[in-house]
Amino acid sequence: MAKFLADAREFLPILLQGVWLTIVVTVCSLILSTLLGMVWALMRVSRLTALQRLSAAIVNGIRGIPIIVQLFYIYFVMPELGVTLTALQAAIIGLGIAYSAYQAENFRAGIEAIDNGQVEASESIGMSWALMMRRVILPQAVKIILPPYGNIMIMMLKDSSQASTITVAELTMQGQLVASSTFKYTSVLTMVAILYLVMSVPLILFVGWLERRMQQAKK
Amino acid sequence: MIELTDVHKSFGTAEVLRGVSAEIRRGEVVCIIGPSGSGKSTILRCINGLESYDGGTITIDGVRVDRASRDITSIRTQIAMVFQRFNLFPHRTALENVIEGPIYVKGIKREEAVPRAIELLSRVGLSGKANAYPAELSGGQMQRVAIARALAMQPKAILFDEPTSSLDPELVGEVLAVMRQLAEDGMTMLVVTHEIRFAQEVADRVLFLDHGKILEEGAARAVLTRPQHARTQEFLRRVLTPI
Repeated sequence: MAKFLADAREFLPILLQGVWLTIVVTVCSLILSTLLGMVWALMRVSRLTALQRLSAAIVNGIRGIPIIVQLFYIYFVMPELGVTLTALQAAIIGLGIAYSAYQAENFRAGIEAIDNGQVEASESIGMSWALMMRRVILPQAVKIILPPYGNIMIMMLKDSSQASTITVAELTMQGQLVASSTFKYTSVLTMVAILYLVMSVPLILFVGWLERRMQQAKK
Repeated sequence: MIELTDVHKSFGTAEVLRGVSAEIRRGEVVCIIGPSGSGKSTILRCINGLESYDGGTITIDGVRVDRASRDITSIRTQIAMVFQRFNLFPHRTALENVIEGPIYVKGIKREEAVPRAIELLSRVGLSGKANAYPAELSGGQMQRVAIARALAMQPKAILFDEPTSSLDPELVGEVLAVMRQLAEDGMTMLVVTHEIRFAQEVADRVLFLDHGKILEEGAARAVLTRPQHARTQEFLRRVLTPI
């Protein structure tokens, strides 16, 4: 235990650098995936068949390809097409796109759970589709969407470790580098695991709180 | 004012409206009665453009109702609808439900919309419930808020789709009383209902619909007390003396 604490004191600063990048990757790709996911979801519930089909194709395409392959593609293939990105940019865009599919499915499920009577009431007072979404459907759908959204946040935090495969020096990569150069695998990887837990447990508790609140709201 | 000419409508292979023609004049109260599945609600939904129709024409003051056209939203602001299941916005208070359309659809200023909404809520007997959410209201109260929401659009006519069918029997009266008051104030109303007594007392005319066709129509008292068609006679007998 004393040895572990000594190692912790020595390696924590370098691991915390990784923590910072993990947070940057997670937060930025969360924002991107939310925006893209909302676009796919609104296309899917729109009244234009062409948009619906396009959205379904995009979401299925993204879901069908492993995240790591998408990251490799953006980081290694895009430069050949003339688009050069830093590793961090590629990680954020890659994870953002990959997760937009799951966000879209969650948003769509939330929107479609709203009773059709709400659509009819909105239409009957002359609301346009966009106004109905903004004033009637989305405010109600948020309550359904939020708990699964929290779960997606937790999954993204952990999947941000995949950015290490394209050289982003986030927590997992920092841990790997330190461990392989010092051979102190046990203490370093234990610290990495603890740091992930420290970040995700508050999120897990937050999701639990959200779910309880939504349950109460239903009653 | 509302004119239907030979309106046809099918859901898949089921033909729901088989050539319905009718005219509702300004200030008139017309009740549509008939067995379940006869197409009563579908007529209302077609008039408001919630459903498309396959043949014939529906016009409101001469303007054709077409669900796919851009004019449909302007038609809907002129023809309000009250639903069987109320369809209030659950995340908004009674007052907010009433001002939603005037402010966000018609662009009326909040300072004007709110006092008018409060007046409408008191007209339906709910001045004390302005800040209550739908979940805090009884069915009868919700339906009265829905009527206030419809009135707030200052419509030329209101379509009522079985407005009392999902209410506890003891709450039916308060909604019918509001509707009776509207009729006395000269509102044009097209009401799908099973409340035969209400139809008899309030309606100017009654249409009896069966299998997507108007079998009988005429002055309310005549149709309801001396129905000519055998099917109408049978229907009224069953509704008025169920046991």
